Amino acid sequence: MSRVADQIVWNRLISIVEEQALALVRTAFSTSVREAGDLSAGVYDERGRMLAQAVTGTPGHVNAMADSVAHFMREIGVATMAEGDVYVTNDPWMGTGHLHDITVVTPVFRGGAHVGFFACTAHVVDVGGRGFGAEGDSVYEEGIQIPILRFAAAGRVDPTLIAFVRANVREADQVVGDIYALAACNEIGRRRLLATMDEYGMADLSGIAGFIVESSRRATLERIAALPPGAAEAHMRIDGYSAPVDLHVRVEFAGDHVACDFSGTSGLDPKGINVPHVYTKAYACYALRCALAPDIPNNAGSLEPFRISAPEGSILNAPRPAPVALRHIIGHMIPDTVFGALDQLLPGRVPAEGAGALCNFQVSIRPTGPGGRRAEALTFNSGGSGARPTSDGLNATAFPSGVMTMPVEATEHAAPVMILRKELRPDSGGAGRQRGGLGQFMEVAARAGHEFDFSAMFDRVDHPARGRAGGLPGAATIVEREDGARLRGKGKTRVPEGGRIRLAFPGGGGYGDPAERDAASLARDLRLGYVTEAAARATYGEALVAAALALGTGEG
Amino acid sequence: MSVADGSEAGLGVDIGGTFTDVVLERGGKRWSLKVLTTHGAPDDAVVEGVSEVCRRAGIVPADLTRIVHGATLATNALIERRGARSAFITTEGFRDVIEMRTESRFEQYDLDLRLPEPLIPRNDRFTLRERLDAGGNVLTPLDGAEVEALAARLGGYESVAIGFLHAYLDLAHERRAAEIIQRRQPHLSISLSSDVSPQMREYERFSTTCANAYVKPMMAAYLGRLAERLAGIGARCPIRLIHSGGGIMSLEDAARLPVRLIESGPAGGAIYAADFARRHGIGRALSFDMGGTTAKICLVRDGAPKTARVFEAARSYRFKKGSGMPISIPVVDMVEIGAGGGSLAAVDALGRIQVGPESAGSEPGPACYGRGGARPAVTDADLVLGRLDPDAFAGGAMKLDRAAAERALEAAVGGALGLPVGEAARGVSEMVDEAMASAARVHAVECGEDLADYTMIAFGGAAPLHAGRLCETLGIDRFLVPPGAGVGSAIGFLRAPYAFEATRSLYMRLSAFDAAAAKGALADLLGEALAFVHACAPGAETVAERKVFMRYVGQGWEIPVEVSQAMAEAPTPDDYLAAFEAAYSALFGRTVAGLDVEIAVWAATASTLTPPPPTTPPPPEGAAAGSSGRRAMLDPKSGAKGEGAVVDRAALTDGAFVAGPAFVTETETTIVVPAGFTAIGRADGTIDVRRVK
Repeated sequence: MSRVADQIVWNRLISIVEEQALALVRTAFSTSVREAGDLSAGVYDERGRMLAQAVTGTPGHVNAMADSVAHFMREIGVATMAEGDVYVTNDPWMGTGHLHDITVVTPVFRGGAHVGFFACTAHVVDVGGRGFGAEGDSVYEEGIQIPILRFAAAGRVDPTLIAFVRANVREADQVVGDIYALAACNEIGRRRLLATMDEYGMADLSGIAGFIVESSRRATLERIAALPPGAAEAHMRIDGYSAPVDLHVRVEFAGDHVACDFSGTSGLDPKGINVPHVYTKAYACYALRCALAPDIPNNAGSLEPFRISAPEGSILNAPRPAPVALRHIIGHMIPDTVFGALDQLLPGRVPAEGAGALCNFQVSIRPTGPGGRRAEALTFNSGGSGARPTSDGLNATAFPSGVMTMPVEATEHAAPVMILRKELRPDSGGAGRQRGGLGQFMEVAARAGHEFDFSAMFDRVDHPARGRAGGLPGAATIVEREDGARLRGKGKTRVPEGGRIRLAFPGGGGYGDPAERDAASLARDLRLGYVTEAAARATYGEALVAAALALGTGEG
Repeated sequence: MSVADGSEAGLGVDIGGTFTDVVLERGGKRWSLKVLTTHGAPDDAVVEGVSEVCRRAGIVPADLTRIVHGATLATNALIERRGARSAFITTEGFRDVIEMRTESRFEQYDLDLRLPEPLIPRNDRFTLRERLDAGGNVLTPLDGAEVEALAARLGGYESVAIGFLHAYLDLAHERRAAEIIQRRQPHLSISLSSDVSPQMREYERFSTTCANAYVKPMMAAYLGRLAERLAGIGARCPIRLIHSGGGIMSLEDAARLPVRLIESGPAGGAIYAADFARRHGIGRALSFDMGGTTAKICLVRDGAPKTARVFEAARSYRFKKGSGMPISIPVVDMVEIGAGGGSLAAVDALGRIQVGPESAGSEPGPACYGRGGARPAVTDADLVLGRLDPDAFAGGAMKLDRAAAERALEAAVGGALGLPVGEAARGVSEMVDEAMASAARVHAVECGEDLADYTMIAFGGAAPLHAGRLCETLGIDRFLVPPGAGVGSAIGFLRAPYAFEATRSLYMRLSAFDAAAAKGALADLLGEALAFVHACAPGAETVAERKVFMRYVGQGWEIPVEVSQAMAEAPTPDDYLAAFEAAYSALFGRTVAGLDVEIAVWAATASTLTPPPPTTPPPPEGAAAGSSGRRAMLDPKSGAKGEGAVVDRAALTDGAFVAGPAFVTETETTIVVPAGFTAIGRADGTIDVRRVK
């Protein structure tokens, strides 16, 4: 094929995986997929190399899914693969890091010859076990484990597999429906790929795969070659569950690759916040690519020059059977850790630390008398992101995750829960020349006649986001009852009828000396109520506040 | 009927970014013209165009029997942030809903991402103690004294939006707050979320309400002034507005709900394509409108454009999904991408050709215009590929500079990639076609459609150049290029029915079906829709359509389900379940057993009956049309050199044909007929291009 045709087919593959992802959003059941975009989809060559991936809400699936097809090839055996086959797993170590993510892989045949694969992943509503939370002592308590199996053999769905899944999850219809949706989404990709191959007269994907992988690798290597050689170390301490967790990283620009090693990081936690290595790789790679090569699409070639390692048995390389259900809480903190090292190697490129982990919580509601109903509600929420070298952090915006929040009205409709407050948290953004993004306040209760268990999944209670280059830290997470009694950042709390949980989600760290903030920006902060006058006097100083006030900060 | 001979004289006027198009139809004849849009006072261009088109038709404005108007004014006010000084009042605890958006980033890898500023800044947003629960029960009553105190602080604003949580269930709190504020501040223009967009999901509803408030004073003033000035030149007939859903509303309703005017121009284009599809008996049509800066794609089924309940206005970041503000109103469902004749091409860091969304516009324009543009645009690629005749562009009014086009392509694309200029041009053209094809495919998936069954209707200046290649890419076998397609939207305005869709969120599980509530909700919505229609067309005969949006309990996406008259008047859960399951399996292949089903949104549309337009007869067996020459060209797919016959559009009389590869030329553009396709002339002047089986 000509150079132009190669480019067109590459674009086509990217559009095919976007279509594949959209089909999943349209047909999946769990709201985490439909409302929040917690899914991914990709196309692979016959050797299992990822050629294109849909840009969805979950960088955590990026590298993880890139690796998973190789596991399917090994476990199923390429020689036994047949047209009409569909494979499935939720193995945290061969999929995307916890049992709640189900990955489905479909081989593609053209004229009887195996030419490639489609794979997709979605976070399902339930996998049985103790439910979504950190309470498990091992993966066995976290739910049903589906090893790599045939979901369908030559077009026929395996009824035994379906029966096992149905018997082991709380929302059988939805989970099984989601598996079907994942299979359907690969099928859409398969049809589009075959039509494209017909249009361009391609017998296999080897030519286009070579072109994509080589151009992406070359472009990535050019970026890496242009980096100043050197290495730097960084450390970030976060809350953890049973004890504080120390994340250590060493990043090296090695000329022909970037190495990122997490030696020195804390060991396993007894509870389910441990991270399988695939997920560590995913978020470390995401952080490096954001900072070094943001415009190069994800594929086997662009990912290869990033070498990620963590000692086995550390919290970032948890071996089976460690509990891993809430691996996102630690995993989402990896980019901030990596940025700490990158900032030394490339000053002025990466942001200050931010909220990091999504501020998710689950409520399990029970009626206290007749007339109520039982329900589960999971919500995704975000704190503030870290200030950037030349711009403020983003208020209440997810980073590094990219999922969306659920509308309050939709949450209250789905379950007898009340969200009584959800708005920005003034003074939570770390002061600096550039201010950290604001966190948010939330307040949660049950409708009359109900009580609930509140399952907290928060960090940065004891370890707020640190500023950079003289910027101040963001505000810490606060979890408390309505009477002000503080609660832990993680774990389950029973809330009796009439009780409330009050939440203050963390802000991002500031960037640069607060005294260097320009008066107009501070005036805007005061005018919009992002910063109160009292806090400004304490952090920015009397002179700057006076200058800001002189610019006018009145209502409107 | 004021005209001496008693005939109707309808006038359509579309204010676009560059031109204001005016179309007059009377006694089966049509006059059209374009005048430059007067941005400072858009009514100037309208008055000028109306006077001139009447003169050409030999009538006076007093002879006009109706005027249908559409404009991008409201859209532009949102994009350029030129609206009223507005305040937003909401429930305590939720001051920042329109600022926090979905809490996500629309670009995953950009560490320096900037989010769009909220339309109404935080210091102009106020809260009141009040609260409903999701069942519509009052948990905290509204405190009149607190509203009074707030009202006293609103004197400096021109417009106020009020949006309370769950107000789609009960509008009493919003109404009461509005009354108190209006009494205290009579000058304020007030918009209520329960009136503007009574649907669940607070971000979308509040965003829509704020947008309405923001453009309302300006649009109300403009519409009032326009009516006055048209009356001043004698045009006293009713003035109607085209709305984003593709129907017509009265001037008074438009002044109250101006958010419904957003995207009314493109909606006109879709109605134009829909009417054209009916004339040609096409059940499934892909409306493809490609102009200078953007391409718009819309699906038309059974003579009606597909509609949606929410869209995004004012995208701030390369047309990227999520970078604009959601507007939840009934709207013609289309995708718009930054791909037009003026879209500029460049090579990115990976050596990939990128086209758009940046555009050369009309000044300086593509390099071949010779007005100082040095960067290559899609039109430059079209010229180099032989699709345009440099001596016959715009009817010969402008000579295109092929050497300048080649220089620009060489500099920006060919040099960087080591490609000869022809290959560079082909790369640019193929990239823009691929971008449009990809947008169309994703849109089709969103609508659950397969484009292979569709026929394309191509209009707008650049569409005929690219329609053939797009059809090849999408597996479409036929495209039609209507005559006079340059003013398609304004013609579409005159084809629009008097129609209005009223919608409301009301959750009802089939396991707890309330027949009386269902019947009441549908009757209320139809009454509301009829009031809009009868405001335009008193006493007119109407048709009613009712729809509900349903899903399995626990799902997030609803699917539309048609409601028959029997289901509206004597509702039973079994009928709704059967209708839902039929619709669900048509979309997704199968139903899911054992789950409860719920209705989330109810909708009723009232529209006046539009008689079916006269259909165009099938073409007779004709002869090959005589060609005026041959032109060198490059095959876009293979890059092979070749040549194609050049035929004047006028030579393609009813039944006459030319086999591709060929170029059908006319004053405004060229229709490119790919190899393997044949272009056939039709009785109404349409060029009908079909794949040879």
